[in-house]
Amino acid sequence: MTTTPLVLPELVIRGLSATDKVDATHQLAERLYAAGRVTDLDGFLADVAARETQMSTGLPGGIGIPHCRSAFVTEPSVAVGLAPAGVDFGAPDGPATLIFLIAAPDGEDQAHLAILASLARKLIHTEFRESLISADSDSLVSTIINTEVAPK
Amino acid sequence: MKIVAVTSCISGIAHTYMAAEALEEAAKKAGVEIRVETQGSAGTTPIEADFLADADAAVFAHELQVKDRERFAGLPTVDVPVSDAISGADALVAKAIAEATEQQKSGAKRSGAAAASAPSAEASATKPSAGKSIMNKLMTGVSYMIPFVAAGGILIAIGFLLGGYLVMNHYSIDGLNDIPTLWANFNFGDITWWGALAFWTGKAAFAFLVPVLAGYIAYAIADRPGLAPGFVGGSIAVTIGAGFLGGIAAGFIGGYAAYWIARIKLPRAIDALKPVVIIPLIASIVTGFLMFTVVGAPVSLLMTALNDWLSSFGSGNLLILGLVLGAMMGLDLGGPVNKVAYLFATTGLDAGITALQAQSGQDPSSIPQLVIMAAVMAAGMTPPLGIALATVLQKNKFSKAERDNGKAAWLLGASFISEGAIPFAAADPLRILPATIIGSAVTGGLVGIFGASLTAPHGGIWVIGLIGHPWLFLLAVIIGTLVTGAVVVAAKNIGAAAKSNSAATTPSSADELLAS
Repeated sequence: MTTTPLVLPELVIRGLSATDKVDATHQLAERLYAAGRVTDLDGFLADVAARETQMSTGLPGGIGIPHCRSAFVTEPSVAVGLAPAGVDFGAPDGPATLIFLIAAPDGEDQAHLAILASLARKLIHTEFRESLISADSDSLVSTIINTEVAPK
Repeated sequence: MKIVAVTSCISGIAHTYMAAEALEEAAKKAGVEIRVETQGSAGTTPIEADFLADADAAVFAHELQVKDRERFAGLPTVDVPVSDAISGADALVAKAIAEATEQQKSGAKRSGAAAASAPSAEASATKPSAGKSIMNKLMTGVSYMIPFVAAGGILIAIGFLLGGYLVMNHYSIDGLNDIPTLWANFNFGDITWWGALAFWTGKAAFAFLVPVLAGYIAYAIADRPGLAPGFVGGSIAVTIGAGFLGGIAAGFIGGYAAYWIARIKLPRAIDALKPVVIIPLIASIVTGFLMFTVVGAPVSLLMTALNDWLSSFGSGNLLILGLVLGAMMGLDLGGPVNKVAYLFATTGLDAGITALQAQSGQDPSSIPQLVIMAAVMAAGMTPPLGIALATVLQKNKFSKAERDNGKAAWLLGASFISEGAIPFAAADPLRILPATIIGSAVTGGLVGIFGASLTAPHGGIWVIGLIGHPWLFLLAVIIGTLVTGAVVVAAKNIGAAAKSNSAATTPSSADELLAS
């Protein structure tokens, strides 16, 4: 299973302020790139945009989950943005205040991706989302996620 | 209540799993069991066969094609985009429960019937899914057949109304016997022409009854590759005169032929040809062989034997003859036994009419052939009428589609279109057929005693002017309708009791498939 954590404190942006979802995605992707989780920023963003055009990833409950499988991703990673002002991700019930940029490596290693599946499952739960929004530090955000998605 | 679900999305990373979690949470809240198969990038773990066998409904929340969809054939299905499950899983689960419940009304009783008719109740309780899944498949076929029954039956009735009971002798579709063909002789001013149009259109719809029943039973078993052998087998059932029971046989033969052939491993080079060429081809020839030989030959022997047997009665005792012919009319509703009885009556009709004309002023009820004809028609009217009555008396024992179909059954019964009873009989033969046999026998026997007569081969209530002692004829039909309805209600309740005794046999069936 994954040896590196899904999220690191430096992959969290609390107080994210973005003009639109492209901007928000870009800011989060830069964090992934800086952390070495993504090898080619523009290539990765193009893959995310391709997925986003198929169907917008805004979901009810104020969540945006831009995501893709990309050859430029080194390991399953998530950059988290908390945007109190909200960023429109195309959800019917309004802008997203919680944004997860989910990066999955391309390839056949399915077990590797189970951790992302378990994150996606967590997103449904209001308590999980609220605990992230009310977290008062980047490291707490990453700890909550890494703990919750750890294989039980 | 057990629900199975499949979720998938384009990249297989996020929505697939969010939808799965949402559905699981919703099911927990609703207090039902659920298994969600996430067909996503982290690999797919198939739903356990045991759980699937007992499932009552399926939810597909997906963007990609559901893998191995034939596993779910026969289940009532809620089919939506994956995003619907994330935003409204509660509603989807509620809908799945509603559809499963709707099916339970008939399905529960059916599994109860299986328990009642099985040699031992334990035997059916230990294998609850077998009887149930057969019922699911039957119901799939029936649900697709109902529109054909309704459209065809009402059109035929309208045809008789507009063009009289000899409507088919004014405009034909084969051009034989110097009768003008319908389409080469447009005659918009002629009400009979319109009657013939309605009649032949209705007949065209009726030609599909048995093939559609068979085709969609096979579809429920083997998914799309089952359609060709099922329809082909159903068409052969029509050809050999095996009726809807023959159609049910054809559906199961065709479906399981396709199902088993699909499981044979083939070299990769020709494997791609399997669903479109190889399965339909081989399953069709297997079905054709079995239908013509194993089904067709006995049907033919049966009809000959029955005909000889009937002829041996003579026409001395009209009560006995009426009872026997009536029972035959109700036994398979247009199938071989029904056909023998009907042909027996119509064969004597000419002689009867000749005898009547020979002595003007004679009471037609003294001519046995004419009484026999009346008995046969009355006995062919009561099955749809009695079942229609039952759907009114005991609404909760019938699915919504059946109740709606019951409304059409009044008209079909009154018009002597026995096929109106077929959807009910095909869905629940062990309960419905005894009722139609008993009710029709009573009707036929009563007409025999009353001495009502008839000088037309069909037409139902619309040829009342050709009926001798019409009030007695109607009385016989009314009593027969009451008897049929009462037996249907009683039979449906026997099953309900069995249901509570064997809780393991959870129910289902499927007229909501139409909606999926």
